[in-house]
Amino acid sequence: MALLEVNNLSISFGGLRAVDNFNVQIEKGELYGLIGPNGAGKTTVFNLLTGVYKPNEGIIRLDGEDITRKSTIEINHAGIARTFQNIRLFKNMSVIDNVKVGLSEHYKYSALEGMLHIGNYKRVEKEMDDEAMRLLQVFGLDLERDYLAANLPYGKQRKLEIARAMATSPKLLLLDEPAAGMNPNETKELMDTIALVRREFNMTILLIEHDMKLVSGICEKLTVLNFGRVLCQGDTKDVLSNPEVITAYLGE
Amino acid sequence: MNKITKNNLITYGIVIFAYIVFEILMLTGNLSSHLKGLLVPMTYYAVIAVALNLCVGILGELSIGHCGFMCLGAFSSAFFSKATENVLPTVPRFIIAFIIGIGVAALFGFLIGIPVLRLKGDYLAIVTLAFGEIIKNVINSFYIGIDSKGLHMNMKSAMDLNMEADGNVIVNGAMGITGTPHNANFTIGIVVLLISLFIVQNLINSRDGRAIMAIRDNYIAAEATGINVTGYKMMAFTISAAIAGAAGVLFSHNITTLTASSQYFGYNASIMILVYVVLGGIGNIRGSVIAACILYMLPELLRGLNTYRMLIYSIILIVMMIVNWSPKIIAWREKKFGKSGMFGLIGRIIFRRNKEVA
Repeated sequence: MALLEVNNLSISFGGLRAVDNFNVQIEKGELYGLIGPNGAGKTTVFNLLTGVYKPNEGIIRLDGEDITRKSTIEINHAGIARTFQNIRLFKNMSVIDNVKVGLSEHYKYSALEGMLHIGNYKRVEKEMDDEAMRLLQVFGLDLERDYLAANLPYGKQRKLEIARAMATSPKLLLLDEPAAGMNPNETKELMDTIALVRREFNMTILLIEHDMKLVSGICEKLTVLNFGRVLCQGDTKDVLSNPEVITAYLGE
Repeated sequence: MNKITKNNLITYGIVIFAYIVFEILMLTGNLSSHLKGLLVPMTYYAVIAVALNLCVGILGELSIGHCGFMCLGAFSSAFFSKATENVLPTVPRFIIAFIIGIGVAALFGFLIGIPVLRLKGDYLAIVTLAFGEIIKNVINSFYIGIDSKGLHMNMKSAMDLNMEADGNVIVNGAMGITGTPHNANFTIGIVVLLISLFIVQNLINSRDGRAIMAIRDNYIAAEATGINVTGYKMMAFTISAAIAGAAGVLFSHNITTLTASSQYFGYNASIMILVYVVLGGIGNIRGSVIAACILYMLPELLRGLNTYRMLIYSIILIVMMIVNWSPKIIAWREKKFGKSGMFGLIGRIIFRRNKEVA
């Protein structure tokens, strides 16, 4: 059974059918790419998957569980974590605290223990610190643990956003244009980071991307969207050599 | 972790140091009776500034009706103290009065939070302002008395309560509650301030506090990270209201005639507390305590200057704002005095930005 199974997903805004009959199946451990020209509906698909928009039709199943009309928070708890096209960090908080926010669903103590720093507080905070540091080390951010998130360079902000998403221990990671605004060096580093996430956490990843070098370099399978419809789906090599895709997206 | 603990200890240290200084001044007779009378108000304004900073600086929601919660805490606790004045001994009565004042303010904070926290920014500020005024005006119209038959209550007049001969009017409409026992003193005020600081500073460095600040920084990302945005907003707002209620208990047990007047509980008073919070540094708990103490004392100390008093006060407000917030001045301060010099040290203690710890 596929980890993520999307059937006949559709949504309209007014008269515009932004996503029309979208289908996808992602197997566990796959790195799946979602590409398409500007305005094709890629980010709308992400917003549907994470419950920001509710679909008009269709069904979304994560690991067999129907998550179609659940809220963003419930979907996160069910196991989908995401990053954003325009980085959304908790800017006035430290790097480690950003990660600890992501951990807070899995490391719990009561509000009273938190307010008085009694009971489980010390033990659980220690465990959180250790786990957060482990994550930061994986992403090479351990030296910046006390920096404000806003003060990190752009590439590291991206990494921190992925680290925060990973802290919620998701089953599926959604990356919305992770290479947007990056120079070739940073993109190269990002590709390494994504490969690292797959290796370290055995993570299933769905990513939206414009950078064809990145897509052809790391994605195993692709779905091409155009005007809200699936144009083509399959192995990366086949998709990228499909003449229809080349006309619609890559140009002549 | 260690740095945070140290920072918290510095805050408690400043409060305790100020307490000792004032106590010594009082014991050696260097404090005029006028100044002595200002000490308790100073503590409850510091407490409510901490409460409001939790709402404005940590949760990031601008509330300008916080005096309403103070008003609720003041009236509910004063009502209890007055009603049981001859029944209970002082210490347990005052403790229960605190529990009641805090509980009532927290309950209303929760209830008002349900509609209010659906709003954002300016709208939220306007609605909290309205609720603050509503609380004040509703309390103004209550008449409650007690006699051998029990409680009597109406919203017309004290005469209409129809009480027995032994009846005692406790809440007399706009005339408020008269003769609440004077149980609050400077020491109790400082203890309440320290407890509020303890709770708020600990909260900030806990799982829930991080979730609250995450909502402030980016609620879309907070939701996507699995943070229950509505729940944590309610939690922060309720705790903030509860602490404001504690300030109200101190208020009502330090005043002979408690009335729900605009002077104490109107929106001007709420704005004044907001000024303490803004000038002390939004999100900087220590700063709001210091700003509340200085800015409360200042107009009173300047009383000798008569008509120039408010002029000087407003100039000081402007100067404080510039020194505290202007990036150029902050850069100049660090260049001129360094981060380690005497001024730099004082500067860091007083002007410390929340960002460095959060």
